[in-house]
Amino acid sequence: MIRFDKVSVTYEDAAEPTLRDVDLTVPEGELVLLVGPSGVGKSTLLGAVSGLVPHFTGGILTGRVTVDGRDTRTHPPRELADLVGTVGQDPSAHFVTDTVEDELAYGMESLGLPPAVMRRRVEETLDLLGLAELRDRPLATLSGGQRQRVAIGSVLTPHPKVLVLDEPTSALDPSAAEDVLAVLQRLVHDLGTTVLLAEHRLERVVQYADQVLLLPDGVMGPPADIMAFSPVHPPVVALGRLAGWAPLPLTVRDARRRSGELRERLAGRSPAGLPDGPRPLLVADARRNPAPPAFETPGSAGGVPGSGKGWGGGFSLFRRRRTRATEPTPTGLTPTGPLVLAEGLGVRRGRVEALRRIDLHVAQGETVALMGRNGAGKSTLLSSLVGMIAPTTGTVRVAGRTPHTTDPRELIRQVGLVPQEPRDLLYADTVAAECAAADGDANAEPGTCRALVEELLPGVADDTHPRDLSEGQRLALALAVVLTGRPPLLLLDEPTRGLDYAAKARLVAHLRTLAADGHAIVLATHDVELAAELAHRVVIIADGEVVADGPTAEVVVSSPAFSPQVAKILAPQHWLTVEQVEAAL
Amino acid sequence: MSPARSRSTPSARSTRTARSTATAGSTATARSTSTARSTDTSRLSPRARFAAPEASRANALHAGAWWVWALGLAVAASRTTNPLLLGLLVGVAGYVVAARRTDAPWARSYGAFVKLGLFVVALRVVFSLLLGSPIPGTHMLFTLPEVPLPDWAQGVRIGGRVTAEQLVFALYDGAKLATLLICVGAANALASPARLLKSLPGALYEAGVAVVVAMTFAPNMVADVARLRTARRLRGRTTGGVRAVLRIGLPVLEGALERSIAVAASMDARGYGRTARVPASVRRTTNVLTLGGLLGVCAGSYGLLAAEGAGYGLPLLGAGLLAALAGLRLGGRRTLRTRYRPDRWGARAWLVSGSGVAVAVLMIWANSYAPDALHPGVVPLEAPELPLWPAASILVGLLPAFVAPVPKEST
Repeated sequence: MIRFDKVSVTYEDAAEPTLRDVDLTVPEGELVLLVGPSGVGKSTLLGAVSGLVPHFTGGILTGRVTVDGRDTRTHPPRELADLVGTVGQDPSAHFVTDTVEDELAYGMESLGLPPAVMRRRVEETLDLLGLAELRDRPLATLSGGQRQRVAIGSVLTPHPKVLVLDEPTSALDPSAAEDVLAVLQRLVHDLGTTVLLAEHRLERVVQYADQVLLLPDGVMGPPADIMAFSPVHPPVVALGRLAGWAPLPLTVRDARRRSGELRERLAGRSPAGLPDGPRPLLVADARRNPAPPAFETPGSAGGVPGSGKGWGGGFSLFRRRRTRATEPTPTGLTPTGPLVLAEGLGVRRGRVEALRRIDLHVAQGETVALMGRNGAGKSTLLSSLVGMIAPTTGTVRVAGRTPHTTDPRELIRQVGLVPQEPRDLLYADTVAAECAAADGDANAEPGTCRALVEELLPGVADDTHPRDLSEGQRLALALAVVLTGRPPLLLLDEPTRGLDYAAKARLVAHLRTLAADGHAIVLATHDVELAAELAHRVVIIADGEVVADGPTAEVVVSSPAFSPQVAKILAPQHWLTVEQVEAAL
Repeated sequence: MSPARSRSTPSARSTRTARSTATAGSTATARSTSTARSTDTSRLSPRARFAAPEASRANALHAGAWWVWALGLAVAASRTTNPLLLGLLVGVAGYVVAARRTDAPWARSYGAFVKLGLFVVALRVVFSLLLGSPIPGTHMLFTLPEVPLPDWAQGVRIGGRVTAEQLVFALYDGAKLATLLICVGAANALASPARLLKSLPGALYEAGVAVVVAMTFAPNMVADVARLRTARRLRGRTTGGVRAVLRIGLPVLEGALERSIAVAASMDARGYGRTARVPASVRRTTNVLTLGGLLGVCAGSYGLLAAEGAGYGLPLLGAGLLAALAGLRLGGRRTLRTRYRPDRWGARAWLVSGSGVAVAVLMIWANSYAPDALHPGVVPLEAPELPLWPAASILVGLLPAFVAPVPKEST
């Protein structure tokens, strides 16, 4: 169906070709997954299939790309529109009209299909994607998962033979991602559509793939074979390699069926005793303490947090003494009780109650993951912690201050937020200028920010434009800018969106170091693997309310949607990451 | 289905009544009682059968009908300076908007247009105060200090005496303009602009898409500005002030540019711009017809609005429209596009547009039988009176509030 014949793509101003001599043949009706680290040309390869590369993006393509016999050299994207459906990384950038039904019909209108056919296909697609009750809704009011489904639906209605998707699930919460993948599965099975998709979150998609194409090597083969040596792989594969299972399991179910022996070996051990397990010090502290903090409530997996327990005066006094005695404190820290204290916090936006009666306590050195579906209120909660949103009811105190009334210049030395789109934080046109501005903003010594950048992002030239950095590098730069003020509390909103495994591993390492230095970290994320690796505590938010708050192991193991693969495989034992298992063996 | 529905109807009605008493607003009450009535259409009481149905895609009123109605009211407004009649027109437009608008983003534009109208009135009065007015008046109110101007600026006056007559004239004039604006605002609030563009003839389709994309762009840019301004707070900078906005100007433009490229790529990949080949002669005829027609429309509407040219205005407008339509029809051959569920021009669309046209025609006619009542005298000053028949004819414009499909209540 799709043939690449010695294809190389070189963009203008680029020294090296982005793709080099790619040869590949994708047979009809297969779901092919494109994997590889960031920047190896996955998006370029996908664009070449739909003709957008090079007709739209510019650059030079050598070799030959044919889709169902049509050469993209002679067929611009619009002449391939009936054959190839393309959905880019950001579904909202894909929309041309303003309501769901019109969007589904748009492609067919352009192709000039008869009205009766269009009507029938729109109805079919609404059912196929479960969008029937959203048909009249304006696109702007849809959630992320719904948008992604509408975007897929909008390219499905002309009945393309090939569907090309660039990171279809990276912005979605786990259950919305499953919806989208179930739809793709159905298309491949029922309609024989050929699907080519790129995705960083392999743990979500690898089991659906018929073939995996590994870039930059350009090797294609069955998923299990490729995963055996791929540098990017999901935790289930890592566990399989560790335990020496052959053939490698790709799904949690396969792995679980083979995990009996591993579970026996692990039976007597516990991840809490690990040297680099989450926060052994503090957990031990809390156990010795007469007034245990809320998160230590036994079996609190589904419990309501902050129900008046803990953090009394005695505890904070004790805590202060301990902190002074042993823990290194970031400058500017005034250790009086919990760093974040939200009580009965409520936020209304117009008539929508975005948050209701939120109680949240975060102590120094603690890492908390906020999870929940798209639109549950995670970002709103983070915004109210940095004072971007004033609470409607209840109180928020961050390091003893009320964020929304504190002067921003002072606040950045108490709390820093890396927003969902790190680019929002960056204005300057070079890394050096950005760093100088950050030093000025935070009243830090000149060079502070630059030193942090060097640490987080070694080898970035001073005159690089922030826009030319990769997603992961930009995140690191934004993190450095935020850390220049040395805030004891660090907030991150969806930090792993668009990061490959290597960039994610670097981020995890940095954040662990920060937590060990006594920084408190709160991250809102859909990435269960990230939460498992980093967080001491998980708070699940649904519909603006806290529905679960407790130690990561307890919360994620008890809720299938939010549990990492290792936990699913080794349940009921409380193992969260391959790293923990590796250390225990 | 139908037995279940008839069983549930009484309870549905009672909950609706309960809700409508809870929301103490006259429009909410009117809307919810009429929805309750519309659920009864399965029973064959004639009254229920003709009551306005709940709006959905299938029975959506043609966007053009709303525009014809609103332009009818606007033409009527241009024919009078009587503040009572103008007030009545604004009231009629406002009532229909309140009864039939949805909660879509564009529906909020009515308020903006009302504010714009009030601003126009204020501006007109201020100009009259400062620059004086050719209206001779005897009721001196006060005298502003006059700015001495050189000889070559003869005829221009800044400051000076202010008479009651000149202020009243400015008020009447401003009110007329404001009413025109509010009528346009009503059309904007009631008809989705995107749907109106969808009903454009095929030849204008591509221009229409450009406008739709541009319209979704503005809100996105506003959202970007808001987001980046709050992000400034994260860097410890102030969020207000001109400098803050200037600093984020470049990132906002960059974002807008990137988004427009993404949309263009998506449109291209989805077949935008596929065209059919047509002979050159057809293309030329199309151009001549369209251009000539549009010129005719411009001249005709000028004649219609300018009060002197009512005689040649209408026929010219009609001929121009016909030529333009023929041109567009011919131009449509070039596009392959088909249309998905276009809005139908049904009986209700005829009634809505007809009521607007009726208001316009009745007001033009009223100018011949009661010119004095429609243009209350300024010199000498006299209190405007409410002429019965012109007022009654304006009330015809309320018809859409009863016949147009009722928008769904938001949940």
